[in-house]
Amino acid sequence: MRPLLAVYLREMLLLRRRFWRVCLGMSVSPVLYVIAFGYALGAGSPVGGLRYLDFLIPGLVAMSSMTQAYGVSSEINIARFYAHIFEEFQAAPLTNLSFVTGEVMAGITRAGLSTVLIVAIGAAFGVTMHCGPLFWVAVVLNAFVFASLAVWSAMVVKSHADQALLANFVITPMAFLGGTFFPLERLPGWSQRILDLVPLTHAARAIRAEALGGAAAASDYALLVVLGAAAFFIALRSVDAARE
Amino acid sequence: MIVIEDLRKSYGERVALDGVSLTVPKGQLFAYLGPNGAGKSTTIRILTGLTKRSGGRASLDGCDIEADALAARRRSGLVPQQTNLDNDLSVGENLDIHGRLFDMRRGERQDRIAEVLAYVELADRRDQTVRTLSGGMKRRVMIARALMHRPAILFLDEPTAGLDAQIRRRIWALIKRIRQDGTTIFLTTHHIEEAEFLAERVAFLDQGRIVVIDSPANLINRVGAWAVDVLGEEDMETEYFATRAEADHGIRGRDGSVTIRRVNLEDAFLAMTGRKV
Repeated sequence: MRPLLAVYLREMLLLRRRFWRVCLGMSVSPVLYVIAFGYALGAGSPVGGLRYLDFLIPGLVAMSSMTQAYGVSSEINIARFYAHIFEEFQAAPLTNLSFVTGEVMAGITRAGLSTVLIVAIGAAFGVTMHCGPLFWVAVVLNAFVFASLAVWSAMVVKSHADQALLANFVITPMAFLGGTFFPLERLPGWSQRILDLVPLTHAARAIRAEALGGAAAASDYALLVVLGAAAFFIALRSVDAARE
Repeated sequence: MIVIEDLRKSYGERVALDGVSLTVPKGQLFAYLGPNGAGKSTTIRILTGLTKRSGGRASLDGCDIEADALAARRRSGLVPQQTNLDNDLSVGENLDIHGRLFDMRRGERQDRIAEVLAYVELADRRDQTVRTLSGGMKRRVMIARALMHRPAILFLDEPTAGLDAQIRRRIWALIKRIRQDGTTIFLTTHHIEEAEFLAERVAFLDQGRIVVIDSPANLINRVGAWAVDVLGEEDMETEYFATRAEADHGIRGRDGSVTIRRVNLEDAFLAMTGRKV
C-alpha cells in the first residue's frame, strides 16, 4: 500500500505546490465557454425546456473532469521524458498495479477539483446543480476511464509530441461531440450511434441528469464501469512497454 | 553480489551489449570503464529494471532481475547519470517519497532521512526546495536517496559527470565511505582517474563487449610502468617501458617533443582496445 500511496502523494505534493496556478488553469476554459456559448451563442436557445446555461454547465463538468483526469498523462510524460523521475519508480519495488492505481487516483482527484471549481463557476453565473452522491459517482467513473487511458497513452508514446497528437485526435473531438455543448439528438442518427460508443457521452448524460435533479440511467454507469475496467487493464499491461 | 551471464541488448539492428559476463563479489567497488556508447549505462539500466534485456541472465544477491524483479530492486540503489529529483519538492520530500516506494514505515523514514542527509553533509538542507541546490548538492541528494532503503548494492552511473574537480573529489570521498560501510558498488565512468582512485576491480567495455577485467594496478602493469609520448608533426606516438631506465634509454635520439610519465589506466585501455576512453 505504501508504494501506491507514494505515487499518489507525489502527485498531490506537486498539485499543492502549484495549487492556485492549477485552479486558475482549470477555470479559464469553463469561464470562456460559459461566456461564449452560454451567453453569446446560446442565450436565446433553450434546450429541452431548460435555459442553455443550465444545460451547458453539467456538460462542462463532464468535459473538464475528462480533460483533467487525462491530464495526468502530461505529468507522467514530463516525469518520463524530461525530469526522468519515472526512472525512480521503475527502479523501485513498485508493482504495475500500484503505479497505475496511484496515477489514476491522482487523475480522479484532479477531476474532482475541477468539478468543484465548475460547480462554483456555475453558481457564480446563477446555475445551481444538485451534487448528490450519484452525481459524484458519475464524475469519478468518468475520471476513472480517462485517467486509465491517460496512463496507458503515457506509457506507449515515444515522446511528448506523440502524446499531444493523441489528445488532439481523441480527447478534443470527444470534448466537443460527447454531449457537452448540445444534445446529441440534434445530430444525424448514424453519428448518434457512433457517439453512443464514446464514454464521455454517457458521463455527460449521467452527470447532467443528476445535476438537474433527475435520475441517470443505470446503463450509463454500467458502461462507464466496463470501459473504465477495460482501460485500467490496458494501462496495467502497458507499464512494461516503457521499459523498452 | 552481482552475477551477469552473457547479457545482451539490441535496439533493432544496433547491438548495445554483446554477451557481457562478470561477477562482482559482495562489498567490492567495481568500475565499468569505457567510452560513450560502449554499453555502460545500458548495463546499469538492465540491472536496475529500467530496460529489458534481450538475452542472458543477471542476478543481484541471488535474485534474478526479471523472474524476481521486485526482490532484486529492493536490494539495489541507483544514482542515474541525469539528475532525476523532483525540483518542486523539498529535499526531505524527495527522500520521503523514495522511502515510501521502498515500503519504509513513517518513523523509520524520518530517522533515515536525517541519517542519510547527515551522511552526505546536507543535514541543514532537508526543507530546501531541490531547485535551489547546486549541481553538486543535487548529486549528493541523489546518493542520499539511493541509500535511504539501505541497499546491499549501489549503482552509480557516471556519478561525477559535469561536476568540477573540487566537487568530484568530495563525491569520491563519499563513495569510498559508502564502500567502507560494506555496500557493493557498481560504478560506470569514463573518467580514468575516477576508476583508478576508487575501484578495486575494473572492466574495460568496448562496443558492448568486455575486453578485460582486473585490478587497476594489474591492468597498468600489463602495459608497463613508464610511458613515453613522442609528439610528431601530425600525431602523438606512445611507447611503454617496464622501468624508468628503459624509458630514458628509449627516448635517446628521438626527434620532436618527448614526455616521460607514469602509465595510467587510459594507456591500458588504449593498448587493449586501440581506442581512447
